[in-house]
Amino acid sequence: MSEENGVIYRISGPVVTAIGISPRMYEVVRVGHEGLMGEVIELHGEQSVIQVYEETSGIKPGEPVVRTGQTLSVQLGPGLLTQIYDGIQRPLPKLEETMGVFITRGVDADGLDLEKKWDFNATAKKGDEVSSGQVIGTVQETETIEHRVMVPPNVSGKVKSIKSGTFNITQPVCTLDDGTEIAMMQEWPVRSPRPFVQKYAPDVPLITGQRILDFLFPLAKGGTAGIPGPFGSGKTVTQQQLAKWSDAQIVVYIGCGERGNEMTEVLDEFPHLIDPNTNKPLMNRTVMIANTSNMPVAAREASVYTGITIAEYFRDMGYNVALMADSTSRWAEAMREISSRLEEMPGEEGYPAYLSSRLAEFYERAGRVRTLAGDDGSVSVIGAVSPPGGDISEPVSQGTLRIVKVFWGLDAGLARQRHFPAINWLSSYSLYPQALDQWYRDNIASDFPEVRTDISTLLQVEAELQEIVQLVGSDALPVDQQLTLEVARMIREFFLQQNAFHDVDTFSDLDLQYHMARAILSFQEEAKKAIAGGAQLEDVVNVPARTDLMRGRFEKGYDKRIGELVTEMGQQIAASMEAN
Amino acid sequence: MSGKEYRTITDVKGPLVFLNKTEPVSFGEIVQLRLSDGSMKNGQVLDTSDDQVIVQVFEGTSSVDRQTGVKFLGDVFKLPVSKGLIGRILDGAGRPRDGGPEIVADEMADIIGAAINPYSRQSPESFIQTGISAIDACTSLVRGQKLPIFSASGLPHNDIALQIARQAKLVGSDDDFVVVFCAMGITAEEYNFFVHDLERTGALENAALFVNLADDPAVERLITPRLALTAAEYLAFEHDYHVLVIYTDMTNYCESLRQIGAAREEVPGRRGYPGYMYTDLAMLYERAGLVKGKKGSITQFPILTMPGDDITHPIPDLSGYITEGQIVISRELHQKGIYPPINVLPSLSRLMNAGIGPGKTREDHKSVSDQLYAAYAQGRELRGLVAIVGEDALNERDLQLLKFSDIFEDQFLRQSRDEDRSINEGTLDLAWDLLSNIDTKYLVRLDQKWIDKYHPTDRKDSEEE
Repeated sequence: MSEENGVIYRISGPVVTAIGISPRMYEVVRVGHEGLMGEVIELHGEQSVIQVYEETSGIKPGEPVVRTGQTLSVQLGPGLLTQIYDGIQRPLPKLEETMGVFITRGVDADGLDLEKKWDFNATAKKGDEVSSGQVIGTVQETETIEHRVMVPPNVSGKVKSIKSGTFNITQPVCTLDDGTEIAMMQEWPVRSPRPFVQKYAPDVPLITGQRILDFLFPLAKGGTAGIPGPFGSGKTVTQQQLAKWSDAQIVVYIGCGERGNEMTEVLDEFPHLIDPNTNKPLMNRTVMIANTSNMPVAAREASVYTGITIAEYFRDMGYNVALMADSTSRWAEAMREISSRLEEMPGEEGYPAYLSSRLAEFYERAGRVRTLAGDDGSVSVIGAVSPPGGDISEPVSQGTLRIVKVFWGLDAGLARQRHFPAINWLSSYSLYPQALDQWYRDNIASDFPEVRTDISTLLQVEAELQEIVQLVGSDALPVDQQLTLEVARMIREFFLQQNAFHDVDTFSDLDLQYHMARAILSFQEEAKKAIAGGAQLEDVVNVPARTDLMRGRFEKGYDKRIGELVTEMGQQIAASMEAN
Repeated sequence: MSGKEYRTITDVKGPLVFLNKTEPVSFGEIVQLRLSDGSMKNGQVLDTSDDQVIVQVFEGTSSVDRQTGVKFLGDVFKLPVSKGLIGRILDGAGRPRDGGPEIVADEMADIIGAAINPYSRQSPESFIQTGISAIDACTSLVRGQKLPIFSASGLPHNDIALQIARQAKLVGSDDDFVVVFCAMGITAEEYNFFVHDLERTGALENAALFVNLADDPAVERLITPRLALTAAEYLAFEHDYHVLVIYTDMTNYCESLRQIGAAREEVPGRRGYPGYMYTDLAMLYERAGLVKGKKGSITQFPILTMPGDDITHPIPDLSGYITEGQIVISRELHQKGIYPPINVLPSLSRLMNAGIGPGKTREDHKSVSDQLYAAYAQGRELRGLVAIVGEDALNERDLQLLKFSDIFEDQFLRQSRDEDRSINEGTLDLAWDLLSNIDTKYLVRLDQKWIDKYHPTDRKDSEEE
C-alpha cells in the first residue's frame, strides 16, 4: 500500500482533479480535509480524475488528497442480512444515528458491525488442506439463514488451528500453517466479479409460483430478466411477489436513483413481509440498498456493483440469490452524468459510448456456477428499466434487451383493466424454455413443453381473432372459433390472472400450474367433441362443473381436487350433448 | 476571510466569468463583483482550480469588464432563516422585495440542502382536501407528496394552483398550511395576479414569496427554488409547519440550466438540456416529504408548461420520473370553457391509495374513483365512434356512457374558482349522483355493498325510513 499525499487541483461538481499522486485506476482516495470518499476514474498526465461520493461544495484546490491503495470494496461477512445500505455500503440506520435525518457528508460507517459477537461453529479441522472459497465454519446469521464462512480469496494452506466459539468478525477464527489468520469478515472490490470454477448452462428454472412467469416466460436460475416499469403497472407488487415466493434463498434489492417516498414504501413494507416458507420475516434473508435520486450521483453509479458483489458472496456459499435492480435506467443516467463531467465524447442521446458494454458486464455477473468450494450457487438478475416517454427504442432499453434473456412486459393498459399480474403475454418473451424443457420433462410431466406451446398458441390465435371480432362482432364467427375465444378467455381469467393478495391463489407450484393448463386443454377437447355431437356452445360453456373448476383455485386443497373437477366437467359437457 | 479583490478576469462568456490566478477558492463559494461604476453583482463558483476559476453571475454579465473587481466571500450560499420569513416577499436571491427590513436570521441555512436519509422518511398518508373534485376524487393528494401540474401556455394553471393554495386542508384537523411560493421567470402580470389573489384572501400573511420575474436575471432562477425549499425545510422541520411549496414555472428553470450548460460548452443531453438535469431536478423535487420524529411536512406543487403541449419533452418526462404523479391540464377542456380543465385520464397520483379509504376519506372512494375513470374513459372513446357512425348505432349501455362523459365534464369537473367542495358530501356524493345516470348493472367497478349504501336511490330510501 503506497501512502502518497497529493493536492486538489480542480473541482467541478462531483468530479475532482488531483495532482501529486499516481494512483491506480479505480483506487479509492480520500479528498479534502473532511476525507470525502472518492474513486479514481481517469488518469491524465500528471492529473488524476476522481469521482467523489459526497457533495463537494466548499472544498478548495490545495486541500489534500490521500491514497488508500485499495479499490472500492465492500465488507462481506455475518451481519449483511436484514441490513439497509446506501450505494457505498454505509448502513442507513447507522447514518441516521450519527447525523440525523439528513445525510451530511464526511461520515464514515463500516458496512458491518465490527463489534458484534457471533457464534462461530468450525467445520474444518486441524490439518485440513483449505483453499480460497472453501467453507471452514458456519454462523447462524438469522433465524433462516446459515452464513458459511469461507477462506478469503488468494489464501490457501493447511489449518494449524481452528476453534468454535464467540467472536467478532475481525477476530481470527482460524490460523494456517504459514501463519495466515482468517477472520469471518473479508473484503472484495466491487467492480471485479468474484471467482468461481465454472458456469453452468441455465437448465434449472427459478420457480416463482407466479403462473404467467413460470409457465409461459420462465427465468432460469442464474438467468437475467428485464422489466420495463411504466406508471402504475404494478411493478412493485410483481417484485415483492418474486422476493416472497421465488425459490431463491437470498434476496438483494437495489433501489437505484428512485423516489425517496417510494423507497420508503419498500423499506416500510419489506420488513413486514413474511416469508411464506418459514413464517419468519422476509428481511431475514434480504439485503437492501437504497440510493435515492437526490443522493450523490457517483454513489448511485456504484450501488449496482455493491449489490451484485454481495449477491455473488452469498452465491459462493452455495445459495441461490435473486437480485433486483430498480432502476437500471437511473444507473445509466448516473454514468451519463459523470461521463459528461469528464467531457467524454458522447454516444447515443448523450450516454457514454461504453453504456452497452457496462450493462453487459453487469448482467454477465449473473449465472449459476460451481463455486470454489464445489457447491452450486446462482445469482439471478432482474433489472427494471424506465424508458423516458415509455419509448423502448432508447439506448438503455435497447442495450438491456440485447443482453437479457427474459422480458416481462408490464402493461399499464392491463393494469387499468385490473388484469394482474399486468404482464402482457404477447410482448413478453423468454429464451430459456429450450434449455429448461428437459428439466420440466424430468421433474413435472413428460409433455410439459407441449402443453405450454398449446397454451401460448391459443393466446396468439385469440389475438388474431380479436381483430376480426372488433370489426364484425363475435357472433359472426364460426362456432369453433367462438370456442377458441372462450378457451382463450379461460386461459386469461383462470390461469394468467393471479391474485397476489389472496392466501391460496398467490402461489401455484409447477405441478398445479401444469394441471391447470391441462384442465383448460381438456375443456377445449371435450367441448369440441360435444359441439361436433350437436351440443350448443352456450350450454357447454356454462356447465356448472367448469365454474367450480375455475373458482376452486381460491380454495385450499385445490391441487388435490383438480383432477376430480376436470372429470366432472368432462361428464357434464358430454351430458350437454345428449340433452340436445 | 481575506477580502482580497481580484482584477484577473480573462474571459466573459454569457453568464460566466473566467478568472486567473486566485488564491484557492472553494467550489460553490459566493462571489461579489464590483463593476467600474461601483455597482455590485453576485455570483457563485462553478468550477475551481489552481489556474482558473469559473463564476456564474446571477445578474448577468452586462457591463462586466476586465477591470471588474471580484471578491470571494469564503462561504457557500446561505439563506437567513427565521419564522419572520412568513408574510414576506423576497426577490430571487433572497433580498427583501416588499420594502421591509432584512430578515433577522435565527440561523444561516445552506441552500443546497442535504438528501433525506431514505431510512428516516415517513410514508406520506394523510389526505389533503383541495376542494377541487377532479383532484380529490381521482388524483388525491397526500401530505408530503410532490405532484406537479403539467400545463401549457395559455391555460389556467395559475388559477388552479392558487385555488389549491387557498383551499388545501387536512380533513379533521385544524392544521393549516403555510404557503411558500417560488416564482421563476414569470411575467410581472402573472406575479401581480398571484400577489393580489393572496392579498385578497388574506393568505399572504401565511405565505413566504420568492420572486424572480421574467426580466430578472435568468441565472438567478437556479437559486430561487433552492432558497424557497430551504425556507420550507426550516419552517417544516424546525417549526412544525405543514408547508405547501408552489413553484412556477419549472420550464424557465430548466431553460436557465441549459443556458449555463451551453456557456460552459458541456456535452448536451436530450434537446440540448444538460445530462445532469435528472439529478438536478431530483435535488429540488426530493426535498418534499415527511421525516420520522418531526411534525412538519413539505408538499410540493411544481407547475411546468410543456413546450408545444408535448408530454414526452425532457422537462415533463424527467419530472414525471421523479414526482409522484402529475395533474394534466387539457387544452381541449379549456376550450370547451370548463374550469378547472383537468384531464383525469393521463393524470395520476402515485400516493393516492395510501391516503384514501376508511378513516381517511370514505370506504367507497377507491371504487368510485375507478368507476368514474372507467366510465369517462369509455365515454370519451365513444365520442370518436359517434363522430363516424352516429349515435343511432350505439346500444343502450354505450349511449349511457356517452351521456355520462358529457355530464362528468359539465358537472363534476366544472366548478367555480371559489367553490370548495368537501370530499364526502361535495365530491363523492356528487359522483354517485352522476353515476346514477348509468344503469347499475353497467357499474361493474362498484361493489354491490357500496351501491346499496351510497347509490342515490338507496340513499333516499334510507333517508325516508
